[in-house]
Amino acid sequence: MTRSFLLALGVLLPASVLSVLVALAYGSVQIPFPDLLSVFFGEASRLHSTLVLDLRLPRALAAFAAGGLLGLAGALMQVLLRNPLADPYVLGLSGGASVGALLAMLAGLSMFSVSAAAFVGALLSTILVFGLAHGTGSWTPTRLLLTGVVVAAGWGAMISFILAVSPTAELPGMLYWLMGDVSHARNPYPAWGVLVVVALLALPFGRTLNVLARGPMQAAALGVAVRPVEWTIYVVAALITATAVTQVGAVGFVGLIVPHMLRLIFGNDQRVILPASALGGGILLTLADTLARTIIAPEQLPVGVITAMLGVPVFLFLLYRSR
Amino acid sequence: MPRTPPPAPAATQPHDTPGLGARSVHQEPGPKTLLATHDLVIDVPERPPGSPLDLTVDPGQCWGILGPNGAGKSTLLQTLAGLRAARAGTIKVKGQSIATLARAELARRLGLVFQTHHDGFPATVLETALIGRHPYLRPWDIESSEDYARARAALAAMDLADLEDRMVDTLSGGERQRLAIATVLTQDPSLLLLDEPTSQLDLHHQVAVLNRVQAIVGQENRGAVLVLHDVNLAARYCDHLLLLFPDGQACWGPTATMLVPSALERLYNQRLSVGEVDGLPVFLPRNE
Repeated sequence: MTRSFLLALGVLLPASVLSVLVALAYGSVQIPFPDLLSVFFGEASRLHSTLVLDLRLPRALAAFAAGGLLGLAGALMQVLLRNPLADPYVLGLSGGASVGALLAMLAGLSMFSVSAAAFVGALLSTILVFGLAHGTGSWTPTRLLLTGVVVAAGWGAMISFILAVSPTAELPGMLYWLMGDVSHARNPYPAWGVLVVVALLALPFGRTLNVLARGPMQAAALGVAVRPVEWTIYVVAALITATAVTQVGAVGFVGLIVPHMLRLIFGNDQRVILPASALGGGILLTLADTLARTIIAPEQLPVGVITAMLGVPVFLFLLYRSR
Repeated sequence: MPRTPPPAPAATQPHDTPGLGARSVHQEPGPKTLLATHDLVIDVPERPPGSPLDLTVDPGQCWGILGPNGAGKSTLLQTLAGLRAARAGTIKVKGQSIATLARAELARRLGLVFQTHHDGFPATVLETALIGRHPYLRPWDIESSEDYARARAALAAMDLADLEDRMVDTLSGGERQRLAIATVLTQDPSLLLLDEPTSQLDLHHQVAVLNRVQAIVGQENRGAVLVLHDVNLAARYCDHLLLLFPDGQACWGPTATMLVPSALERLYNQRLSVGEVDGLPVFLPRNE
């Protein structure tokens, strides 16, 4: 375990730094690496300083934090539901967030209010799904999954409705939000705080999650207080997903693909997978956002398009290659 | 041998020794008692309470639970392990009520091997055996070389040493069952609760597993409770038996007093032929 932990961090930490540097260097204007260094450690042109420090750095950090949160949330949800194909949006979270955000946009509220509405919508959906899945009996992963899928379908209908009745001028902004968009993220630091705190708190519980992955009865027989642990995972995963969605909109595939890919490479020890998913998600979203800014520069693509186009083939390949 | 199944033991005296009419001595729990239940009624849906169980498992004892399908054997075992709520009664493990014991502490005192095994995510044989150390490790602890040594010793005892790097989902049914037993051996609790530990094993491994259990029970302050379907193995390895009837009635006592053919025939609703091998009774189903 120690070896794969060190290996994962040894690969992913430098890759994280590299992904942020790439995000700083590329865009509508390319900045050569020496110039990039001089922005931090010396004299640089005013244009480069503004571009790197005021525009690209906050955006890259926002993308990294949101990706990290989504990767972590995905890893947690997959253990909770004991299903390697679960994702952070399985509980209808992105749908609730989207409806909240679109309603705020329709009302012409500020970007801050849109984020706040998205957060409220995400939590509302979480409570709704959990309450319904709980019902009169005890909840099972299957029941939670099904409830989430159906509630998500309900949110989907509401999203279509809002799009249908919205004025045409609002539509591009709304569609970008729905597909995931980092361009309006300006203050990445709260999300970073959440990411660091949750990742550090999750680390010592990795072994507990390993045991939980073998089913609630087996876990209880090995001394895990199953119900409180499951509740905690549920609440934490919902909160960090809501935080990520608030930053970058409903970016898909990060939480699904990153933990799964890392599992195929580093094995199934949650003590490795949890921190690796945080870093891997951050790397993926940072690079995807850099591509989104670069491919048709100066125009920008929604980052969700890139994560899907990158993630789907990679995921299918790894799945095809695995036993 | 009676040709018709015998009448039921009187329901009012459930733990009378079956067929002999002599009441088995109720053992009071002592200071070293591993497991003691008082008026325990397990929760099998839509079943009358039947006989409340007053069981006492002391160090050095190996109990066998016999009964037909659906009699509640697994439910009883899981209730004893604190995984299911009982309908009534109390359970004490090493003198302390399981209601007040922390889960991890309970897992250091007793370990349970389930009948079926779920492996949510792929894992190796060694990783699976190692989770038996979980109750002993604090959140930040990483398995020490001693933990690895215990897991490897348990795997070796179950003839799995050569398979430690194999993925669990590639094991055969019998190998998977031996791995589950190796996991509980790694856990090393005072009281072993094994649910049909030999159901998927070949003859050699059935004997190997039960010999191992017997050896553990022979150590200081150890005991075991096994659910078995093989009366003959129970007769050879268990010193106490609990017969669980489908209607919730039960009787229990030392093995020699419990192996009454008429009671076993009623238990399984099956006529039996009785023989003797090595001075011990052998029961075979009679087809007529």
